[in-house]
Amino acid sequence: MRPYAFVAALLVFVALSAGAQEIKIGGIGPVTGEAATFGVSTKNGMTLAVEEWNAKGGVLGKKIKLVFADDKGDPAEGATVYTKLIQQDKVVALVGTVMSKVTLAGAPIAQAAKVPMISPTSTNEKVTQVGDYIFRACFIDPFQGTVGAKFAYNDLKARTAACIFDVGNDYTKGLSENFQKAFLALGGKVVAYEAHPTGTTDFKAQLTKIIQAKPDVIYCSDYYNDDALIATQARELGYTGPFVGGDGWDSADLVKIGGAAVENCFFTNHYAPDATTPAVLTFVKNYKARFKTSDAPDALAALGYDAMYIMLDAIKRAGKADGVKIKEALAKTDLAVVSGQVKFDANRNPIKAAAIIEIKGGKQVYRTTVNP
Amino acid sequence: MKHFRTPKLSLYALAFYALIMALSLTGLINGYIQHIINQSLIYVILAVSLNLINGITGQFSLGHMGFAAVGAYVSGAITTLVFKVSPEAGFAGYAVFVGGIVAGGLAAALVGVLIGFPSLRLKGDYLAIVTLGFGEIIKTVLNNIPAVGGPRGLLGIPKFSNFSFIFAAAFLTLVVIRNLVESSHGRALVSIRENELAAELAGVDTTRYKVLAFAVGAFFAGIAGGLFGHLLQIAHPTQYGFMGSVLVLIMVYTGGVGSLTGSVIAAFALTFMSEGLRIVIDSLAEATSLPIGGEWRMVIYALLLVFIMLFRTEGLMGTKEARFLVIGDPAKEGTR
Repeated sequence: MRPYAFVAALLVFVALSAGAQEIKIGGIGPVTGEAATFGVSTKNGMTLAVEEWNAKGGVLGKKIKLVFADDKGDPAEGATVYTKLIQQDKVVALVGTVMSKVTLAGAPIAQAAKVPMISPTSTNEKVTQVGDYIFRACFIDPFQGTVGAKFAYNDLKARTAACIFDVGNDYTKGLSENFQKAFLALGGKVVAYEAHPTGTTDFKAQLTKIIQAKPDVIYCSDYYNDDALIATQARELGYTGPFVGGDGWDSADLVKIGGAAVENCFFTNHYAPDATTPAVLTFVKNYKARFKTSDAPDALAALGYDAMYIMLDAIKRAGKADGVKIKEALAKTDLAVVSGQVKFDANRNPIKAAAIIEIKGGKQVYRTTVNP
Repeated sequence: MKHFRTPKLSLYALAFYALIMALSLTGLINGYIQHIINQSLIYVILAVSLNLINGITGQFSLGHMGFAAVGAYVSGAITTLVFKVSPEAGFAGYAVFVGGIVAGGLAAALVGVLIGFPSLRLKGDYLAIVTLGFGEIIKTVLNNIPAVGGPRGLLGIPKFSNFSFIFAAAFLTLVVIRNLVESSHGRALVSIRENELAAELAGVDTTRYKVLAFAVGAFFAGIAGGLFGHLLQIAHPTQYGFMGSVLVLIMVYTGGVGSLTGSVIAAFALTFMSEGLRIVIDSLAEATSLPIGGEWRMVIYALLLVFIMLFRTEGLMGTKEARFLVIGDPAKEGTR
């Protein structure tokens, strides 16, 4: 029967691969499927970090081996690869994965096996609540709304704001709710708070209401395709003020769809590729050279790199490739990485600054950094 | 009582169960391989139940995962949201789990019947489109119910599914569907596949039997969905979309339309192939230092499927059954 042949083949493979003098780190990302571009960027970021550490002599005197597995952006596949990396490859730590729904299928497996893991980009709050072995390298959704409000109030000097968001999407809804809360707390006024249905392309009803309320700024927490349409239609209706949004705005297609309408728009992001801090400059230079590309690495690549870096740093400080020790070291992280200085709070979410990106002359330009 | 005598099948099943348990307890197969076996068995349930609809009855359903979604969400909601049990609760917990799984199956069967009456008067391509639409409707509905997590999915489902439960469910599915196929009702189903008009003229209530096939198929798909949810500890709308249904469909066709044996073999073969390729590609990349990564796995997987279909158009088993899946003497029974 077929399965036994496979089992036998797997057993031989395990026997052959045992006994190597390496530290194995599991990497997970969707390099195929709907989120393939995210997965590839993340994988590149992880690979670059591992290669840089290996060039410096590895960690704990051993070479680091990245065992990467594709999760297809599918929770079922995710559960399988987490099990594979832990049980089959016996990795000491995990870096992954990109999409929250897949991370949520994998996190309980890592937690049960006491293998520390750090997700580079899963923003769902529930991810780190799975247990004390689960960390993440990105800020979570509520944080972006807060940072957006601070930027609008302090930097843009806005005193009145309006929100527009997708009612059928937790991400955009969460961002707007938190923006509203933070903006009110700062002393501003939210003059309009408009939801639109998922999948609509005509936002004029909501925008007309918003523009009549004369806000200083519009907070739009949608994804880039909706953002571009909203900006275009708002400009047609005569709105000239600024837009502020979240990392959903981050796409090269934003300007292609929105054109001149997305000028004077700002969004919070994990990092800015054109920031002038030494960490960013080195990262962008090395990334371009390593992967022979002229495009600046996106936020996913930066977070994949950061997540791997944070994990390796924790292993180094733990002094031993042991789950409990690494977990404890991770919790005490205080490290400067590409996306800023990272520390973890009690819920294993990072406390770090957000970059504000401005659309200027059809390009994404780094504007400022806002601390939480 | 003839239809419930299953000595050989039970014997083989028991031997398989004992072997896997023994290998697992002695540590000869690790959690990873155990997980793939569990997953394969869930796909056995899905493929065998879809085969009842597509292979035995000759209908073309593209929405099988929609039924699985109903099962996953109903059972998940019962264990996670209503009773809030976990495996630590001992017997009571497991009782709720089994009850939840059965309730999920029944809910899926009910949906199968509801969908069945209006749509099963359709034939061929039109039915395929309706079932495809149905699968997408289920997905969209789940996306818009905040109580079960909406687009974030139903999270925190306790991990009740284990090899024993999944194996028992797969075994029962096989026995029940095999017995159904071998009964006079089964003959009616096959007659619909062979010639619906002739079957109708011969006095077979074709609509009723089609609904029966859908209801039974949906029931087991719901069971599989429930087990899947309690294995992965998450039920997400995107898992149960069109691509999921297509994967099960591929299993039915590579195994052989109308052959339950084929579905069982294909469910195992394709699940193990998908994972085996991971290891093959990784070791190949390491040995040759070629820039090939995980993304090539799906290319090769698809190519292998193309080759199977090119060289064995009728599927691995055609319409043949393994002897132990046939009641009585297959030689006397003739072809089906």
